[in-house]
Amino acid sequence: MKPWGNQNLLRNNKQETSELSLRPKKGQKFLLYLAERFSWQAIVDLAKKKTVPEHPYSFWTYFGGLCLFLFVIQVITGLLLLLYYVPSIDRAHESIIYIMGQVKFGWLIRSVHSWTANILIGVIFVHMFSTFLLKAYRPPREITWITGFFLLLIFMAFGFSGYLLPWNELSFFATRVGTDILGQIPLIGRALKSFVLGGQEISGATLSRFYWFHIAVLPCLAFLFLGIHLYLIQVQGISRPIGVKPEKIREIPFFPDFFLRDAVIWSLVLALIGVLCVFFPWEIGKKADPFAPTPLGIRPEWYFTFMFTTLKLVPSHILGLEGEKIILLIFALGGLFWMLVPFWDRKAYRDQNNPVTTAIGVAVILYISIMTLITYLFPRL
Amino acid sequence: MKRRKFFDFLLGGAALGTFISLFYPVLRYLIPPPSKEEEVQRTKAASVGELTPNTGKIFRFGSIPALLVFTADGTYKAFSAICTHLTCTVGFDSQTQTILCPCHNGRFDLEGRVISGPPPRPLDPLEVEISGEEIFVYRKRG
Repeated sequence: MKPWGNQNLLRNNKQETSELSLRPKKGQKFLLYLAERFSWQAIVDLAKKKTVPEHPYSFWTYFGGLCLFLFVIQVITGLLLLLYYVPSIDRAHESIIYIMGQVKFGWLIRSVHSWTANILIGVIFVHMFSTFLLKAYRPPREITWITGFFLLLIFMAFGFSGYLLPWNELSFFATRVGTDILGQIPLIGRALKSFVLGGQEISGATLSRFYWFHIAVLPCLAFLFLGIHLYLIQVQGISRPIGVKPEKIREIPFFPDFFLRDAVIWSLVLALIGVLCVFFPWEIGKKADPFAPTPLGIRPEWYFTFMFTTLKLVPSHILGLEGEKIILLIFALGGLFWMLVPFWDRKAYRDQNNPVTTAIGVAVILYISIMTLITYLFPRL
Repeated sequence: MKRRKFFDFLLGGAALGTFISLFYPVLRYLIPPPSKEEEVQRTKAASVGELTPNTGKIFRFGSIPALLVFTADGTYKAFSAICTHLTCTVGFDSQTQTILCPCHNGRFDLEGRVISGPPPRPLDPLEVEISGEEIFVYRKRG
C-alpha cells in the first residue's frame, strides 16, 4: 500500500475517470494525480449527498450564506486596503484621501469595503431575527445560536474599530462615546477602557490598537467562531421550522440547486453594492481634531443608533442612579437574555411554538427599528 | 502521598508555572504604561480682545480640551470641555447662551450646571485669571 493514499479512494477516482473516458485526457490525468494525493473524494461524496430542506420559510435560510459571501468580500477588500493605509494619526486621514483620490480604483475598493461592512451587519441582523422567530436555536442547535450571537458582536466590533481608522471628526467622537461606555462597566471598566484606548485619552496609541483589533484580533476570532458555526451547520443540517407539516418539506440537493440559488442572490447583492459605490462613494470626512468642539449632528454607524438615541432620551438620574448606567445595564442583561434563549424557551425545546418568545422577538425588532428611525428623522431630539 | 500522585502534582505545578510565566509578560505588555504627560495646573487660554462678547473658545488644557466663554455681560468663565455624560467635547451655543454637548443634546448653563439632557453632573469648573493682556486658566487647588 502506498503510504500517502487510501486505496479505496484511489480506486474510486480511477473508476470515475475510466467512466468518463477509456483513456484519460491530460487534464483528467492531472486531476487524478491531485485526487490521489489530496484524497478529496470523501469531500466530493459528502457534497453530492448534502441536501437542504425546502419549505415555505426557506427564503430566510439564504441570509446565512449571504453573510459568508459578504465576509469574503470584506476580507479581500480589507487586504487590498492594507497596501496604502497608514495607521498613524499624522497619516491615517491623508492615506484615505490618497486611496480615494490617487490610487486607481482606490475609491471603489474602499467604498466596497465600507458599504459591505454596513450591509453585512444588516444581513446578520436579518439572519439572527429570522433564526429567532423560526426558533431554529432549539436543541441541538444551541451552540450554533450562541456562536452566531458572538459573530454579531465580533462584526459590530469590526465596524466600531474600522470606523476610527480614517481618523475623521465623526469617527473620533463616536469612538470617544463608545469607549466611555466601556469605562462605565463596574470594577473592570476603567482598566478595560485604558486597555482599549492604550492610555486615558484617544491618541495615536488608540489608533494602533484599533488597527490591531481590526486586522488581527477580530479576524482570528471571526474565523474561529465562523468555523465552529459552519461545522455545526454541516453536522446538524439546517433546522426545520416548528409547525410545518412534513409533506410540505422536501429535500433539495445542496449542489447544484441550493448553491445556484445562493449564487443568484450573491450576484444581485454584489450588483447593488457596485451601484451604491458608484453613485454614493464612501465619504472621507474632516480630519479629526481632538481639541475641537464636537460637530453638530454627530451619530455613530446606523447599527449603534438605537443605543445612541436611547442614551439621548434617558433622564440623567433614575431612582437616584445615573441614567446611562441603568440603560447600559439593561442592554447588557437584555443581550445575555437574548443569547441564552435556547435554554429558557422550554416550549421550543419540546418542538412547540412559543408565542411569548415570538412577541419578545417582534418587540425587539420594533424597538430597534423605531429608535433607528427616530435618530434619522429627528436628529435634534 | 503515592509516588504517582506526587509526580502528577509536580508535573501539573510545572505546567501551571510555565503557563503563568508565558501569560504574565503578555498580559503586562497589553496594559499601556502610564502617560508621562504632567497634569497641567495653569495655561494660557486666550488674549484679551480675542473673544467678542457672547462667544466661546476651546483650548488645550494639558491633555484635555477646555472651554473659555466670554459672556454677554463681559465676564470670562472656563470649564473642562468634557461632557459629564459620555465625554464628548461641549461647545458654546451663542444663540441660547448655554453650553451644548451635541452628542446627546446635554445642555449646561454658564455656571456649568445641567439644564437639560442626560448629563448626570455639572461641568468641572476652572478658574480664570487676567494677567496683563493674557487670559490664564487654572485648576482650583483642593
